[in-house]
Amino acid sequence: MAGEHPTGQRGLFTPFNVVAGIILLAGGVLTVMRFTGGLAAVTALDDNNPWGLWIGFDLLCGVALAAGGYVTSAGAYIFGLKRFHAAVRPAILTAFLGYALVVLALHYDVGRPWRLPYPIFVSPGPTSLLFEVGLCVFLYLTVLFIEVTPAAFEWLKLTRLRALVVKLTLVLTIFGVVLSTLHQSSLGALFLIAPGKLHPLWYSGYLPVFFFVSSIFAGMSMVIFEGTLAHKYLHHKMDEAHKAGTLNVVLSFGKAAAFVMAGYFYIKIIGLAADDNWHYLATGWGLWYLLELFGFVAFPAFLYALGVREKNVRTIRVASLFAVLGVVLNRLNVSVIAFNWHLPLSQWYVPSIYEVGTSVFIVTLGIVAYKFAATHMPILHGHPDFEYEH
Amino acid sequence: MEPDFYTLQGFMTHVKGVIYVLMAGGLVGIPLFWKFLAGRDEKKRTY
Repeated sequence: MAGEHPTGQRGLFTPFNVVAGIILLAGGVLTVMRFTGGLAAVTALDDNNPWGLWIGFDLLCGVALAAGGYVTSAGAYIFGLKRFHAAVRPAILTAFLGYALVVLALHYDVGRPWRLPYPIFVSPGPTSLLFEVGLCVFLYLTVLFIEVTPAAFEWLKLTRLRALVVKLTLVLTIFGVVLSTLHQSSLGALFLIAPGKLHPLWYSGYLPVFFFVSSIFAGMSMVIFEGTLAHKYLHHKMDEAHKAGTLNVVLSFGKAAAFVMAGYFYIKIIGLAADDNWHYLATGWGLWYLLELFGFVAFPAFLYALGVREKNVRTIRVASLFAVLGVVLNRLNVSVIAFNWHLPLSQWYVPSIYEVGTSVFIVTLGIVAYKFAATHMPILHGHPDFEYEH
Repeated sequence: MEPDFYTLQGFMTHVKGVIYVLMAGGLVGIPLFWKFLAGRDEKKRTY
């Protein structure tokens, strides 16, 4: 195998490391361009479209797909479903990295990172939804950081600190669920201010509900999808307990995701009826909307159900991919594609190659950080010096 | 063909009527989906 040492250890120049290294280097150049040349140097943003790919993909999709942290920990610690134990640490790690990268991406969009504490500590705007989102993300990122520390403390053999944090698990989980409920829905509520800009098929008074409910199955789907990748590329890091628990997690999360997605599909139809938007379905935008609703909600819900019935893990994993893509498509539709839909084509926002490059850089940063943590810390396996309780 | 509405009440009556029909559909459809989803689960004795 390329890059394999005679001792069995892999060398530094594996295909993954080389590709990731090139992307990170390019990301470094883009970062310099962004913070020396301003938004105009790297983005296609303008007064009509002040929010682009960095908000639509990095922030909205990042937050939705990081929902696996609160969903999994709530299942394991609040509802007492111990069979999800194997999924908790990878889900919490994914959520922590997801939120950390959301904040990082926000720096690229907002600029002047040294003023990050201002909205919370210096000049808060408590009547603004953005303030609520900012406060929740700040608090939840702190919660996730504390939740992820037991694995780091086990790795660093800081026994006392680990014991202290483990005692806080239930409180942190409850705090995480409350904060997630608040800001997942508020991200949808942000768009309530723009009924004239967002296409009526996506605009609804129920947007906060849609965002919150979709975050639940987005989180579960991401746990399944990320577990699939971990099984493929980090199988050697998993212990028997983790491998044994995986089937249970996939089947249970697949079943829950199928039911929540069916409910989501249903309330989306109710949303259409509540605003009497049926006539838009016969337009081009309607076809695009139906593709999102049937191709990336109803279809994966059915696939999940089929996989759970047949106990077919492969089908469930394919469904999770469609569900994740569906959530990404939905967030991009709301924030970018169907936003300013009435503008002439010449004024449409198309992200620049640098914006796309920065997003790829940020995702790669997350993958590299996950790989580092999963390789060095007891994420996919128990630490021999500690009982497998966290 | 979309019906014309001349009053808010006319609009709400129409919209609410459609939602009631959808609710009835959901009351039938969602349990059926659950039956499809969990139909092959092993029965658990709860007594």
